[in-house]
Amino acid sequence: MPKSGSTWKITRRAALAGLSASAALLAAPRLGRAADETIRIGFPTPLTGPFAAEARDQVKCAELAVKLVNDEGGVAGRKVELLVRDDKLNAGEAATRTLELIEKDKVHAVVGALSSAVQLAVNEVTRARGVIYVSISQSDTINEAKDFSKYTFHEALNPHMTTAAVARQTLKKGMKVAHLVADYAYGHEMLRGFKRAQAAIGADNVGEILHPFGAADYSTFMPRLMSMRPDVLCISNFGRDQANAIKQAVDFGVKQQMKIVVPVILHNQRLAVGPDVFEGVIGGANYYWGLEAQSKSAAAFNAAFKAANGGAIPTDYGAYGYSGVASLLLAMQAAGGTDTDKVVEALEKLKYDLTKGPQHYRKCDHQSVQSVLVLESKKKSAMTGESDLFAILASDAGSEDMLRSCSELGHAT
Amino acid sequence: MDLSLIIMQLLSGVALGAVLVITALGLTIVFGMLGVVNFAHGALFMVGAYAGLYLASLTGSFWWGLLLAPVLIGAFGMLIELVLIRRLYGRSIDDPLLLTFGLSYILVEGVRIVFGSDGIPFPTPPQLIGVVDLGIGFFPRYRLFVIVLVAVVLLALWLTLEKTRVGLIVRAGARDPTIMQVLGVDIGRVWLAIFGLGVGLAALGGVLAGPMRSVNPEMGSLVLAEAFVVTVIGGLGSIVGAVVAGLMVGISISMVALFAPEMATIVMFALMAVVLLIRPQGLFGVRGRTA
Amino acid sequence: MTHPSSGEAVAKPSPGGLGRVLDQRVLLSIAVLALLPWLLPSKALAVNVLIYGVVVMGYNLLFGYTGLLSFGQAAFFGAGAYFTGIAIGRYGVPWFAAVPVSVLLSTCLAGVIGLVSTRTRGIYFSMVTLALAQLVYYVALQAASFTGGENGLRGFTVDRISLFGLQVNFLDPVNKYYVLMVFGALAMWFQSRILNSPFGAVIEAIRENEQRARACGYDVERSKLVVFMLSGAISSLGGCMLALHLSIVPLDILHYQTSGMIVMMVLLGGARSFFGPFVGAASFLILEDVISLWTPHWQIFVGAIFVLFVLFLPRGIWGTLLDAMGSGKARR
Repeated sequence: MPKSGSTWKITRRAALAGLSASAALLAAPRLGRAADETIRIGFPTPLTGPFAAEARDQVKCAELAVKLVNDEGGVAGRKVELLVRDDKLNAGEAATRTLELIEKDKVHAVVGALSSAVQLAVNEVTRARGVIYVSISQSDTINEAKDFSKYTFHEALNPHMTTAAVARQTLKKGMKVAHLVADYAYGHEMLRGFKRAQAAIGADNVGEILHPFGAADYSTFMPRLMSMRPDVLCISNFGRDQANAIKQAVDFGVKQQMKIVVPVILHNQRLAVGPDVFEGVIGGANYYWGLEAQSKSAAAFNAAFKAANGGAIPTDYGAYGYSGVASLLLAMQAAGGTDTDKVVEALEKLKYDLTKGPQHYRKCDHQSVQSVLVLESKKKSAMTGESDLFAILASDAGSEDMLRSCSELGHAT
Repeated sequence: MDLSLIIMQLLSGVALGAVLVITALGLTIVFGMLGVVNFAHGALFMVGAYAGLYLASLTGSFWWGLLLAPVLIGAFGMLIELVLIRRLYGRSIDDPLLLTFGLSYILVEGVRIVFGSDGIPFPTPPQLIGVVDLGIGFFPRYRLFVIVLVAVVLLALWLTLEKTRVGLIVRAGARDPTIMQVLGVDIGRVWLAIFGLGVGLAALGGVLAGPMRSVNPEMGSLVLAEAFVVTVIGGLGSIVGAVVAGLMVGISISMVALFAPEMATIVMFALMAVVLLIRPQGLFGVRGRTA
Repeated sequence: MTHPSSGEAVAKPSPGGLGRVLDQRVLLSIAVLALLPWLLPSKALAVNVLIYGVVVMGYNLLFGYTGLLSFGQAAFFGAGAYFTGIAIGRYGVPWFAAVPVSVLLSTCLAGVIGLVSTRTRGIYFSMVTLALAQLVYYVALQAASFTGGENGLRGFTVDRISLFGLQVNFLDPVNKYYVLMVFGALAMWFQSRILNSPFGAVIEAIRENEQRARACGYDVERSKLVVFMLSGAISSLGGCMLALHLSIVPLDILHYQTSGMIVMMVLLGGARSFFGPFVGAASFLILEDVISLWTPHWQIFVGAIFVLFVLFLPRGIWGTLLDAMGSGKARR
């Protein structure tokens, strides 16, 4: 070896020692999560971006769930801590945050996600590492065998359930139905659900128009839609797309000719757009505070939320934050701790009633079987207060018939 | 497919094109005369929409919002030119682009802080609600208004530039700023005015678009890409180019929507790629202007 | 369009002493990167700095050294990620083969986009690259059966790899970092070689004065296309690393906002400096992380900082530091 002339003399022995130390570090078994006192739950949610309001609702409700459990002494005597992270509605960011939650913060489970893409990203990270994940994003994809994992549970509704419920309420045999669909996975899922339901009812499909996802201008689709002369227009898109589409449809005088129906009618979107544009629109939902008139669980949930949040009412997305975290904590309680396999088993066996009635997770795809609400947006003059947004047209009790069959989703039955 | 549907679709395309024209116009004027590409153009469009909404709710009338918002935001634009952009003249031609890019982040987040992240409804003015029966179909009254207003603004712009002394100075200043300075014209003031005009036009586009789509902090980002495409197709710096390209793109999107609606957005990029392959300086652009 | 030269010598490739110095910068950079997981608060952040550093380094070749302000680098970053994911997930290609295949395909994409965009100059170039990259975004959104569309690409998790007979747990963040660092080192070595070569001198000449370069007999158009492709190749390698790291490919990796972020990083760090991209990536990501802890409105601060940099610190953090350390040295 040439003389380096440096003052350091790295002897062969020292180098070998250093190398073996590094090798040992690389090969060291992953430190098991020490039996800490606190139970940590990761909660990625889009605090920045177009759904910031929904995300804040979710955080408030999730914190409520944690607080109620902690007030009773925690889970098996251990306090629960919620670690909220901003995923910026971005799948890459969500994956990074989830990695940090698992590797750095050593969470015992993850709950959350609003968009379908984010949920699938979080799922990919958690299932490779055997971490429990309760998803509260409304999408069909996570039920399918390809994305399934025994550690993942889907607490939210999916398009199949909501479209079927809305269709049952609004379509009759012989009616003419047209569709305006956002051209991406979620839009197609909603269209598929509607078409299935409409075929079963015996209504006629007079046309489908796909629009680019995120389109701001729908004027170019209106003339064609109107020329189809449908009785019902099903708009299969979400969030701002939905608000824009409905507004512009109303501008073109669509409501004079047909009924507008959507798979999911969002509380905050309705607030953003106002009663006049949404008047008469019918859509599905997982929760609406007005349910308290019919359901004791809803009344209890509303009361608890109001008490913790200065009289405010919980929204649809907020309710997901609550039921996602609360159902997980119930399972942990039943399992006596955070042992992953025991908690999974407990979740599969769990029967819970947190916000609207009995719910349980179906075994083959871990989908939460629950009731679906069908709401109609009230006109301004019919509103008794500024929160009185919707009339509840139906609240179909949950049953496994609402879901696609296990074999259809690719699961072994 | 009957004729009336096609005509209705064409009309839709013209209405769409009108908004594209107004937005692209501001971008192309500023570039043509100042050599600055304003990356914050989309954000200023959005700020214009919010300003229009705010002023309308303050004064109780959409029309005040329509009139004052472009003036106010145009003035804001002049401030930006004075304080920020002016420091960059003489430096690399990319620097204003970069600076305005950073500015767009500030504007979008600033609006989020002040108005929140949710969309806000922009109510259509009561005089323009409803549809007009054109015999072959119904068309929203408001969109017809947009077409007419844009045409009027274009006419006013053309008249000012071609027929007035102010317009003469502006056009000469674009051709040769040094001579103008020698002739005793305060070129700094001309640039200020132009930048303000460009920003004002963006804001006008925003106010016009407001009642058609909901107003939200992200509405500027797609608009920016659209404005870029239209100005590139038309030729940077060419007013005629912006008008022709804007209408062309609007109508193309609209007609494609008849057959393959999901391809509607891709069409404008494809059009741009085609134009660039045939004529890299755009339809009405001048070769070598940007080197 | 030119960047005024700040009295810094255009690199001339030379043997011997200078060659050793320039190789040293690669070694020094690798040394710093090797320590990164222990210097930063989280391993996931360190991996992101590594990945974005490579992407920005590739972009630096185009923007910093050749002076071409492209707003479409996300197209190649995303292409690298998607091709890797599709190769592993859909076609079962082993990870070490998926990466070179993916880089090759992405370079072809860069060739196609470069052909169209290098026909334009100046501001047109910036706008055209933005629009073309956005076209790639919409195509990826439509081709959902390949890319997963809006949901992103999944189903190609690499959890265990065998390196020379050793079974390595790829899910372990430390292991993953050092494996990916090998790619990073390769990218750095490749970039250094390009910059040292005669071609490296040509692209700097183009930045300084395109007319003069053409007058000297260099084929400017071809050189621009070549550097466009090389830059795309390196950035796509960053994309491959991202795919292996996250096990998903999010659709917004192709959006022009990602391109914008790359531009911000190169400016923050220091365009036209070798290690600047990594400094820029680290600064941006750390800034974003830190500010997000205080407020969800981190974007306004990042935007303001960027504006201040454009106005007062156009050489970026690392560039300004290098300038301060001595302007006579033929360093880069």
